[in-house]
Amino acid sequence: MLAILRCFAAFALSAMAWSACALAPETLRDLALGDNDAKEKAIGIAAASGDIASLPLLQALLDGEVQTVADTQILLVKDDTATDLVTGKAVTPLPENRDDVVINNRIRKDLRTAIAALKLTAPERAIRLAAAKELQTGADEDLLPVIGTAVAKESDAEIKGLLLLTQASIQLTSKDKNTRLEAVRALAESNNSNTKMLLLGLLEQKGDTFSEPDADVRAEAEKSLHAVQSRLSTGELIGRIFSGISLGSILLLAALGLAITYGLMGVINMAHGELIMIGAYTTYVVQNVFRSHFPAMFDAYLVAAVPAAFVAAALVGMALERSVIRFLYGRPLETLLATWGISLILMQSVRTLFGAQNVQVENPSWMSGGIEAISGVVLPWSRIVIIIFAALVLAMMWLLLTRTRLGLFVRAVTQNRTMASCTGVPTRRVDTWAFGLGSGVAGLAGCALSQIGNVGPDLGQSYIVDSFMVVVLGGVGQLAGTVYAAMGLGVVNKFLEAWSGAVLAKILVLVFIIVFIQKRPQGLFALKGRMAET
Amino acid sequence: MRLSLRAEDGAQGPGVSALGSAALAPAAIADGPRFARLLPLKGWVFYVVAALVLFVVFPVLNLAVPAGSALHLSDYTVTLIGKIMCYAIVALAMDLIWGYTGILSLGHGVFFALGGYAMGMYLMRSIGHDGVYQSDLPDFMVFLDWKSYPWYWSFTDHFWFAALLVVLAPGLLAFVFGYFAFRSRIKGVYFSIITQAMTYAFMLLFFRNDTGFGGNNGFTDFKRILGFPITAPQTRMALFVLTGGALLGFLLLGRLIVTSKLGRVLTAIRDAETRVMFSGYNPLYFKLFIWTLSAVICGIAGALYVPQVGIINPSEMSPANSIEIAIWAAVGGRGTLFGPVIGAALVNLGKSWFTQVLPEYWLFLLGLLFILVTLFLPRGVAGLLRTARQRRQ
Repeated sequence: MLAILRCFAAFALSAMAWSACALAPETLRDLALGDNDAKEKAIGIAAASGDIASLPLLQALLDGEVQTVADTQILLVKDDTATDLVTGKAVTPLPENRDDVVINNRIRKDLRTAIAALKLTAPERAIRLAAAKELQTGADEDLLPVIGTAVAKESDAEIKGLLLLTQASIQLTSKDKNTRLEAVRALAESNNSNTKMLLLGLLEQKGDTFSEPDADVRAEAEKSLHAVQSRLSTGELIGRIFSGISLGSILLLAALGLAITYGLMGVINMAHGELIMIGAYTTYVVQNVFRSHFPAMFDAYLVAAVPAAFVAAALVGMALERSVIRFLYGRPLETLLATWGISLILMQSVRTLFGAQNVQVENPSWMSGGIEAISGVVLPWSRIVIIIFAALVLAMMWLLLTRTRLGLFVRAVTQNRTMASCTGVPTRRVDTWAFGLGSGVAGLAGCALSQIGNVGPDLGQSYIVDSFMVVVLGGVGQLAGTVYAAMGLGVVNKFLEAWSGAVLAKILVLVFIIVFIQKRPQGLFALKGRMAET
Repeated sequence: MRLSLRAEDGAQGPGVSALGSAALAPAAIADGPRFARLLPLKGWVFYVVAALVLFVVFPVLNLAVPAGSALHLSDYTVTLIGKIMCYAIVALAMDLIWGYTGILSLGHGVFFALGGYAMGMYLMRSIGHDGVYQSDLPDFMVFLDWKSYPWYWSFTDHFWFAALLVVLAPGLLAFVFGYFAFRSRIKGVYFSIITQAMTYAFMLLFFRNDTGFGGNNGFTDFKRILGFPITAPQTRMALFVLTGGALLGFLLLGRLIVTSKLGRVLTAIRDAETRVMFSGYNPLYFKLFIWTLSAVICGIAGALYVPQVGIINPSEMSPANSIEIAIWAAVGGRGTLFGPVIGAALVNLGKSWFTQVLPEYWLFLLGLLFILVTLFLPRGVAGLLRTARQRRQ
């Protein structure tokens, strides 16, 4: 906004330099001295002329910088210097008996519209876009030619779309049936979500009379409405699937580590959420270090934050395994309680260290903004990066589990601990490493989450229940289960959210999970084996 | 038969049995009349003394002894003890399902709160026109611009219906949830985290304003119960005595269950569910019974809690609260009915003292309590007492 203003100021000054006023003197007189009707007419003339030179004058009028002296002289007064608008000469000293040109709200609105119409010819895209948006409300039939020329000249798709919409909505008020028909047809091409409202308005029925009297136009409007609706719903669908996948990838990151530790040791780690939080806070610390020590490389801080978050969370996780969890083997319920205790301590420690308030983690500049998949649906870069990141983590995890010796041991212990131990797998050490790995992945999840959400001591709590549900639904022992469950829950959640609101969606998902494990108590993908249970 | 690693059978054992089930099993059922089996003679003496203290000594000290006297029991203390007795009832309910049946519920906070909300609905309606807006409707509904009570508020102006709701709301929820969960043999940590998810969902639901239970403010500003002013010392004492009665009653009911054949089956399910099935029992109905009963007891505790504390809001349903209930039972000692009552009292007295003196360290202490009790004190305070007694003998 500021940039636009600055552009405009430069514009205004340069315009003033070569011409005091582009309007004919009588129009100028009407504008400054006439009554409201005369003023309105003059503004209309200025706008319809499409001459950008009259822009500074209209703006000055709006800003209250135009003053008159005894109904003869019209001055532009700015910072104690006055310019005669008719002659273009500077007037010094300032005359004493100046009167402000008084404008009311109606004139002010006309002025704004006129200014917007004139700005449509500006070379800067941002100014044109703002002008096109301004024109959406308040343009009338007099401006049609201006908008028409602007449409013909416009190269930017977004601005053109807006202008076409405005043009059509003005045309719809026309008395001529063919103009209206044309407008309705033009609307079918629009991607703007307001189009729908406009068309629906046409089809509105009050008693026996339609707001659009002509049946042909109505039929055409119906057709256009259909086209617009199908296009909009495609956009909505794409947006929803995207946000579902985005949520799914976050759930995946949060649940991957949990699936490993649960699959391996049958231990539900209630402190998993706090390990995520530790990852997020590590990112925060790394960010601060970069800001204070390497401000030039600030955009690259994530490169350092990712391994740091992994290592920090993994170390904490391994320490937990060594100091508490390993003494509770075979007692999963007690482990649950003990890890809950750990989570309380970790949360309170973070509160003591960093304060109870949320901390600011800033996105690197390359992560801001987004790409527009189709008109109206913007996919933010931060989300896209996280989806890619989750995919990378998943790939690394898969490689680690299937291609390395540690992975082999982890799989062996998951399937049958006693047998693995008999064949010489150091199960206790594998436990520690696997727990560290799972915790490290939680740290990575925290690093990712810090980019899209608040970072505070309660960060982990809000994800823990969801990631448990992923593990329950996916079953343990295979990555595929976790992936399908996370993605499925993410997408289903987003679709339900649109349909029933966020809270009911959560409850519905829970009910769904309970019903689902009626059929498959071990989750989507269970390890096959002859278990005594189930 | 190869036992799977995670199979919670006797070989590895779920929570409690790893400690040796003999230690936690109820004392062998002695022969003799039912009366003697229920409690040993010393137990009965203790029981009667407790009843006397709760029903005679406390009311006299609070109401009859003048406020200046050293023996006077302040209203604050009465409310605190009343509150703790409610928690003790919850811990007792938790013990029945966790200590004796081996099912760790992380959803008891919901049952407690549901009972509280049911009672709260009655209390809200008995405010009458004395609210801030002096409307027929409770203040929060006026605030939301509602014109009439939603359907689920109907009849709640009758005490009998609210009392029914106190039992039915948690009972039905537990029955339906438990039926589906136990039928598909969800057990162990799976069951725990599913109940936690339920808790979480309920908390979110009750936080919504549109749910019709006052959103995050919940119910408060109660004026009277059954026509008596709710803050009057006499009403307070009546509620206190009622809570004490409920606690003692549920203790006896618990003893009745765990010393019966039903109790033996429950302990067997805890220690080796598969073997119970192989012996021809269907664990589903046993689990369902004790689970539902436990929920109902929680609901009643909640209903007694709300008029004494004067507020109920959705934070009672937060998952953290439900887990805290487990630690009360664990501190006191699972598998003994007396232990969890002591545990609830100890932890909550500690909490109310600590949050006044060193508020920022309470969570550290609570967290440590979770870790240390599970690591070093698996049988809780009751276990300590038992070991001390055995050593003396």
